[in-house]
Amino acid sequence: MNSTIEAEKLREPAPARSGISRWARRNSLQIGTVGVALLIWLLFLIGAPSTFMSYNIYNALLVTTPYFGMVAIPLTLVIITGEIDLSFGSIMAWGMTGFDVVYLATRNYWLGFVACLLFGLVAGLINGVIVVKIGVPSLVATIGTQFFWAGAVLVVTNAQGIGLTFLQGSLLHSGLVGRIAGQLPMQFIWMILIAIGVWFLLNRTRFGAHVYLSGDNVESARLMGVDVDRIKITCFALVGLAAAFAGFVSSADLFFFWPTMGQGNFLNTLAAVFLGGTSVFGGTGTIFGTFVASFIINAINPGIVAVGLTQYYTQVIYGFIIVISVALQAVLRRRLG
Amino acid sequence: MDYVLQLKNVSKTFGEVEALRHVNFHVGTNEIVGLLGDNGAGKSTLVKIITGYHQPDPGGEIYWKGEKIDHLSVARARDLGIEVVYQERALADQQSLWRNIFMGREIANRWGVLDVNKMRSETNRLMNTAMGFTSAAVTSESAVKTFSGGERQGVAITRALYFRAELIVLDEPTMGLSVSETKKCLEFVEGIKKAGKSAIFIDHNIFHVYPIADRIVVLDRGTVAGQFMKAQLTLDELINRLQRVAQTGVLDTSPQITPGNGGN
Repeated sequence: MNSTIEAEKLREPAPARSGISRWARRNSLQIGTVGVALLIWLLFLIGAPSTFMSYNIYNALLVTTPYFGMVAIPLTLVIITGEIDLSFGSIMAWGMTGFDVVYLATRNYWLGFVACLLFGLVAGLINGVIVVKIGVPSLVATIGTQFFWAGAVLVVTNAQGIGLTFLQGSLLHSGLVGRIAGQLPMQFIWMILIAIGVWFLLNRTRFGAHVYLSGDNVESARLMGVDVDRIKITCFALVGLAAAFAGFVSSADLFFFWPTMGQGNFLNTLAAVFLGGTSVFGGTGTIFGTFVASFIINAINPGIVAVGLTQYYTQVIYGFIIVISVALQAVLRRRLG
Repeated sequence: MDYVLQLKNVSKTFGEVEALRHVNFHVGTNEIVGLLGDNGAGKSTLVKIITGYHQPDPGGEIYWKGEKIDHLSVARARDLGIEVVYQERALADQQSLWRNIFMGREIANRWGVLDVNKMRSETNRLMNTAMGFTSAAVTSESAVKTFSGGERQGVAITRALYFRAELIVLDEPTMGLSVSETKKCLEFVEGIKKAGKSAIFIDHNIFHVYPIADRIVVLDRGTVAGQFMKAQLTLDELINRLQRVAQTGVLDTSPQITPGNGGN
């Protein structure tokens, strides 16, 4: 075919590509994220060797990263579809409010746990319906629901937290936040399970394929029979479910539910998704990237303190990371697009 | 000759506006029909009726391979094998070639698990055969945004043929393409003919339509103003007539062809 010859002329001369370079090209985003992780780790290792040579810091990261990493993973799906969810922080507390209400009424913490997940799922579904069916841009819709659920939590709980010491020794507690062999925190295992589950959903099911298509070109996806509305609503619902689960896990680990919980997880959750290489423009993103980036983000705060800076720098660096990673995406998009 | 698609006495009014009036139109098996007409001639309304997006007014009839289709919906049209290739809306730019080929029709096993290897290997096969992409720089993982305009049309046409489309509707496929890209795109349209399928090629540009169409249908203000077998008219003669219709509003349709002998 003549077109073959012409097509080749138009391209850069193609060197013989080995399997490794093709693999590197295909996974360039993930490699970049791992590179950033190694770089930051090296900086901290040089700056504060005593802290970063000890096991304690890594143990602390395994304990606390899942608190928001478990939300960042499904949030990646929402952002790949080209939407955003800013309400997950309030939904963490709203789910625990569901636990609060049902537990106080029944004194059954299993029922309370189920209620927690249901409250989160429904709150996520509502986000999805507002965005997709009513057509409110997700940025505005979820700022609204973020305030709404945060307020609803305060109204229902009368701003009173509850102690959760009754969970101590229960199967629910040891299953979610216990330690394997006295060391490895269960929430880290749950974060890995969620990451594997969402990775499978995104990369090995029609649903996942349609998540990418919905975020890339809504119109062509629709013309090819993709039910974009259903895909987006499902993604929002998954974030709601995960937020409630993460809210329960962090509360159970601390044996206390604070009605204002989740507000502090806002920036680092979003930063993890963007640093992980997910495009704010939709259409691209990986679960692996978000997973690794969650640990990078969570290491920044203790790392800064360990190298001798004040904690006030943490937010400066989070902000810097968000702006730089989104700016890089914009530049790459213009260059390649 | 067999007809793959036939429209009889199809009209379409939107309120006061008659977009189509008593149109009789057909596409033969393995025939490429060029559809020419000015803006507002009714080309896009006709396409939307063929793809099930609009329903014709009562009295109009649609036949697919000789069988009357009572209610042609978008889903029904796709099931029958009518596929539209749009210039801008066909592909998802940031996604890999294999994801674009299998867009909305992914291969999965009975548990719903995607067979990614199968989709990649099928895409590789299509690249080497149908699309003729043999450069090592292009793989089934390449994002389609790196492709040229003609190649993109090629991907969309290859996809339609792969999923056994019988009739491919090309809505201004060469719009905005450079000369060499247009040439490439037209080669893909010729590939439809070679594959034994049919196509409707809609374009403003007679120079693009003439070389590859078997028959040219001219729409003017909602009616079929005339149709010509390419063999019966030279390009110059066709251009002359189209220029005259622009001036006088009347198209010289001799030698007239009727649906009965059209396409042979």
